[in-house]
Amino acid sequence: MARPAHRRRGHSKKAQYSVFTGFVVAALGALAGAALLGISLWKPETFAGLREEATDVVAPAGEAGAAGRSGGLGLVDSIAGYFRAGAQNARLRAEAHAAHVQLAEADALREENRQLKALLGLKQSDAPPVAFALLVGSTSASTRRIAYLSAGRDQGVGPGMPVTSPRGLIGRVLEAGDSSARVLLITDGASMVPVRRANDEVVAFAQGRSDGTLRIRLINLGINPLKPGDVFVTSGAGGIYRPGTAVAVVSRVMRDGAIARVLANPAAAVEVAVEPVWVPGASQGESGAGTGKPSGADK
Amino acid sequence: MISEINPRARRDPFGKKINRDHSALLVHGLPLVTILLGSLVPVLPLIAAGPVMPPLGYMMFLAWRLVRPGVLPLWIGLPLGAFDDLFSGQPFGSAIMLWSLTMLVLEGIEARFPWRGFWQDWISASALLAGYLGLSALFAGPGVDITRVPLVLPQLLLSILLFPIFARMVAVFDRLRLLRVKVLR
Repeated sequence: MARPAHRRRGHSKKAQYSVFTGFVVAALGALAGAALLGISLWKPETFAGLREEATDVVAPAGEAGAAGRSGGLGLVDSIAGYFRAGAQNARLRAEAHAAHVQLAEADALREENRQLKALLGLKQSDAPPVAFALLVGSTSASTRRIAYLSAGRDQGVGPGMPVTSPRGLIGRVLEAGDSSARVLLITDGASMVPVRRANDEVVAFAQGRSDGTLRIRLINLGINPLKPGDVFVTSGAGGIYRPGTAVAVVSRVMRDGAIARVLANPAAAVEVAVEPVWVPGASQGESGAGTGKPSGADK
Repeated sequence: MISEINPRARRDPFGKKINRDHSALLVHGLPLVTILLGSLVPVLPLIAAGPVMPPLGYMMFLAWRLVRPGVLPLWIGLPLGAFDDLFSGQPFGSAIMLWSLTMLVLEGIEARFPWRGFWQDWISASALLAGYLGLSALFAGPGVDITRVPLVLPQLLLSILLFPIFARMVAVFDRLRLLRVKVLR
């Protein structure tokens, strides 16, 4: 294929100048981009307003798609259901029977829990979620793991609020526009969640690795007590994340920690809850830290 | 005796030749719209655990530049990159810089190797995709971190394999772009 004719520089001074100007403007564009990139890396929140506006404009289209995604799931499931109705009925009956027993046990445990908490002087501090919203999409081509949420300031969503699904922690709100928000998923490299092992007090940080897994970094170094299958929940250290939300399950043990799989897969979670920022000790009237930097030394 | 005129005689693949002209909106707008739609892919209802999707906006941009040089002006990396940055999750400015550099690099390649072909286009696209994805991962933030770069390898492989398909897609769009739809009076 021959080179395109239009960029051949002839003897026309005007044509030569316009080609030259094109090069100058492209080079200036590259330099401007480098400068903006430098500013963005130095102060990541600089262009947040611009992004919020843009996301507000296009999020409704994505929202329709996300609703279709959940609808589509339901459609396939409902058709498949006809083929398994008999066996499913018998299985569900058995499950319901077992669940009745477990429900009664759980009632007893809840009551016991309430009494023990009353004994300790703790107050039940489960604040209701700020909003329920759809996860619209995510930055699937970039190494950053940021998802778009279909609720924004108008629904009371603000930066820093944790986002959870029924299966566990998804992330926290990074920037909020009027009707949409950007969520930093816990698998992003910039996300750091203070966690503890669900059944004891082994404390650690869960840091994202940008590939769908988390790096569990133990705070107390020494003998690594972790085993594959250990479940980690938020510890609440430092605030933001309410303690006791499921985060990840250990899949591979390393010398100074582990690699863990996320429990609440954002790809499977369509509807999520935005919770208020948790402030430690707020119910006792103390002033909480509320910053993203957990001290980690309070356990 | 005059035989009947062949009905195809005054047509070509772009439509009737008499009394019809290209639409300026299609000629200039279609490349931009397809690239912008490629940049909007993060808003699609697809939530990925890792960087797996090829950068569709950039691939569309690259395909237009390679398949139809001259359709995109040299400075177009600035506005298109800015739009891509709003949705890609990268820090603002990374696509502005990389897309502008892509235009300059391709201009250089074209000056050095003027007689292009399928393999040369694919090789230059692969090299540019590798550079783009690698540098994007490097600058993705927080901070500049070299350990993120290996994460994009599966994505890079997918992008390179998909590129010829994108080039064919752009060829189809190009035929659409040059349809004579405007009626001259």
